[in-house]
Amino acid sequence: MIHLAGPILLVAVLAGAGVYGVLARRNAVLVLIGVELLLGAAGLLLVLGSVLPAGGLIAEATTAPEISARMADPLVSGQVATVMLITIAAAEIGLALAVVLLLFRVRATSDLSAVRELGEASPTYSDYDEAAAEATADGAA
Amino acid sequence: MSGADLVLTAFAVLAAAASMLAVTSRQVVHAALWLVVTLGSLAGVYLVLGAEVVALVQLLVYVGAVVVLVLFALMLTRAPIGVRDDLTVASGRRVLAATAGVALAGLLGGTLLVAVGDATVVVDGARGRAAPLGRAIFTGWVLPFELLSVLLLAALVAAIAVSRGGPQR
Repeated sequence: MIHLAGPILLVAVLAGAGVYGVLARRNAVLVLIGVELLLGAAGLLLVLGSVLPAGGLIAEATTAPEISARMADPLVSGQVATVMLITIAAAEIGLALAVVLLLFRVRATSDLSAVRELGEASPTYSDYDEAAAEATADGAA
Repeated sequence: MSGADLVLTAFAVLAAAASMLAVTSRQVVHAALWLVVTLGSLAGVYLVLGAEVVALVQLLVYVGAVVVLVLFALMLTRAPIGVRDDLTVASGRRVLAATAGVALAGLLGGTLLVAVGDATVVVDGARGRAAPLGRAIFTGWVLPFELLSVLLLAALVAAIAVSRGGPQR
């Protein structure tokens, strides 16, 4: 027997912390940490859904356990959806970090408060010089 | 309160505290490492809830891959080392952000607690094992699964294109 109140509170705390992280952080990578917390809250909620008996909590009180077991979702929807959510989160973070790296290369900053406009109108825009960048990388190595 | 409840509460408290530290830490690398603790204890919560495969996938993909990616990004963007005060926005906007976070947590937690908060469930661990989950994925979920592999490929190609491209002349 497991009380559902604990995991529910954890979902709420994770989602709240995620929103705070997305809104309050200035570094782009730290914003992505907030996004990961939000996705974690969503995954926990899906797993919680798969723990509920088939037909919901009302069905649990009225049906015998053997009927309830036969009614159990054969597609294990909540858990499969969580696995897919984790995969999507991995794809998202890979792409998002590539964008952050590109931002750092062309603007030399990952501070989202400094990047007010996109494109060449922005004061932090600097032309990306591939040859110079490679020379710097060679020098560093 | 049963033993499972105690273990669940311990993991939940750990995850909640670590998530708070991950979004408030004043050192960037520490924030990423607190994210490891959060996601790891979330895997523990999954395990107690009977979702064994999900817990293992969570450990492999999140703790193994995503956090390493985040740490790499921190290194490649030359993130500042040591205690920094400029990682979060100014205090006025920080209060607004905290208000939004608390409001969302209250709304979500309140709604769910009213809906299913006083319920107790019996966890059936057999449903979360690899065999039923694999059968489910490769029968009923096979189309989303294939779509997901295309999505991963697209994300991979896009990440390479974005990070190699840069502004063209």
